[in-house]
Amino acid sequence: MDRADIEAKLIDLLVDELGLERDNITPEARFEEDLDVDSLGVVEMLMALEDNFGVKIPDDEAETITTVSQAVDVVASKLNG
Amino acid sequence: MVVTGLGTVNPIGLGVDETWKQARAAVSGVGRITHFDPTEFATKIAGEVRGLDLDAYLPRKEYRRMDRSAQFFWVATSQAMADAGLAYAEDDPAADRAGVVIGSGIGGIGTTQAEIDVMRERGPGRVSPLAITKVISNMGAGLVSIDFHLYGPNNCTVTACAASANAIGDAAEIIRRDDADVMVAGGTEAAICEFAVAGFSSAKAVSTRNDDPEGASRPFDADRDGFVMGEGAAVLIIEEYEHAKARGANVYAEILGYGMSSDGYHITLPRPGGAGAAKAMQRSLDNAGLAAADIDYINAHGTSTVANDVTETLAIKSVFGAGASSVPISSTKSMTGHLLGGAGAVESLMCVLAIRDGVVPPTINYTTPDPECDLDYVPNEAREMTVRRAMTNSFGFGGHNVALIFGAV
Repeated sequence: MDRADIEAKLIDLLVDELGLERDNITPEARFEEDLDVDSLGVVEMLMALEDNFGVKIPDDEAETITTVSQAVDVVASKLNG
Repeated sequence: MVVTGLGTVNPIGLGVDETWKQARAAVSGVGRITHFDPTEFATKIAGEVRGLDLDAYLPRKEYRRMDRSAQFFWVATSQAMADAGLAYAEDDPAADRAGVVIGSGIGGIGTTQAEIDVMRERGPGRVSPLAITKVISNMGAGLVSIDFHLYGPNNCTVTACAASANAIGDAAEIIRRDDADVMVAGGTEAAICEFAVAGFSSAKAVSTRNDDPEGASRPFDADRDGFVMGEGAAVLIIEEYEHAKARGANVYAEILGYGMSSDGYHITLPRPGGAGAAKAMQRSLDNAGLAAADIDYINAHGTSTVANDVTETLAIKSVFGAGASSVPISSTKSMTGHLLGGAGAVESLMCVLAIRDGVVPPTINYTTPDPECDLDYVPNEAREMTVRRAMTNSFGFGGHNVALIFGAV
């Protein structure tokens, strides 16, 4: 799965599972500041990533994710690394 | 203390007007359960809220984080605030004098059930980070305090089927002691899930008249066989009278009395003879400075269980004496089903509207008189009559008895 596919699937998850507005989601968007996803919502997103991509994201790596792009990077590294 | 706003979603209406129209028209909101497949359950019927368009009220991003019970409370609050003509900006100093009391029997029990399934099937690491905030009974109040900017008292009553009657009474007391000018008060329940239906079924508390859902809730009728679960919420905006007058608010009714007692007898059964229930009713009269003869209408707890309806009838007789046979009594649970923690609020709303419009809603499905229930239950058809003062009873598992009295202003 290439990066663009991961990003597209991640955006679908954010829309379908967290109820975010698709138009607001850019690669640079920060979850807490720009998308109004609070700490509980970030945990939900991480669980959705793990479930949908079949990866395991340890807490120390999860803490480095603040933007959509970073989430894609982490998933890509798990899938392709 | 006066009532200046109303809101509700329940099995017979998605708003106040629809609910009142259906209640006056003697319509049942009970049907076969659709929230899950009830095939294997002894009880396959309930009063479900159907067709509620949450998107018309708030973004999915917000409501998906709420249990169904909190969603109902949020919607009812939204309706009631609009009806009262109240809205607080985030930095409005008046918001410090506005609060909320929610009543709920079991909070987010549907979420409890779903998340326990997740934990058993997929492991503890898959339990939602929102599981706890969706489960706790008080969260409906927390959510509306955030979204409607209510920075005064914020509380939750959890007295089973008396919970929202306690919420309304306690909210009035909060205003009486000058801790607030405005209170959002009511209750909610969304317990039509496998676990709760199974539990009530095993306790032999609910009707199994599965072949006749609309006829299953038949309070005071000789052929009643248990209550019918309902779901939904109702909210009353309660306001200090001078505060309401000063802003030119529409005043529906006044809260005149609030009485409580404890059966101190059994976890589910009412004390035989109804002494506990009678004490709550008498205390509400004493609190209001009224005599039983001053009450024009009683909205009964009237669950349609064999035990409740006989006991409540005896309690009314002991308080009202010779006047018991002439006071109209109805159970709107015959139409809505039993909203458990939301019941007292829906039934308070019925009392308020009965006062406003001079119409008493009926007890439907009343076909065969029970010799032990021999009062005037306003059978099957609404009755036009002047209602100056209305009492509503709410009794909860655990022996919690509450009576409220509303009066015309």
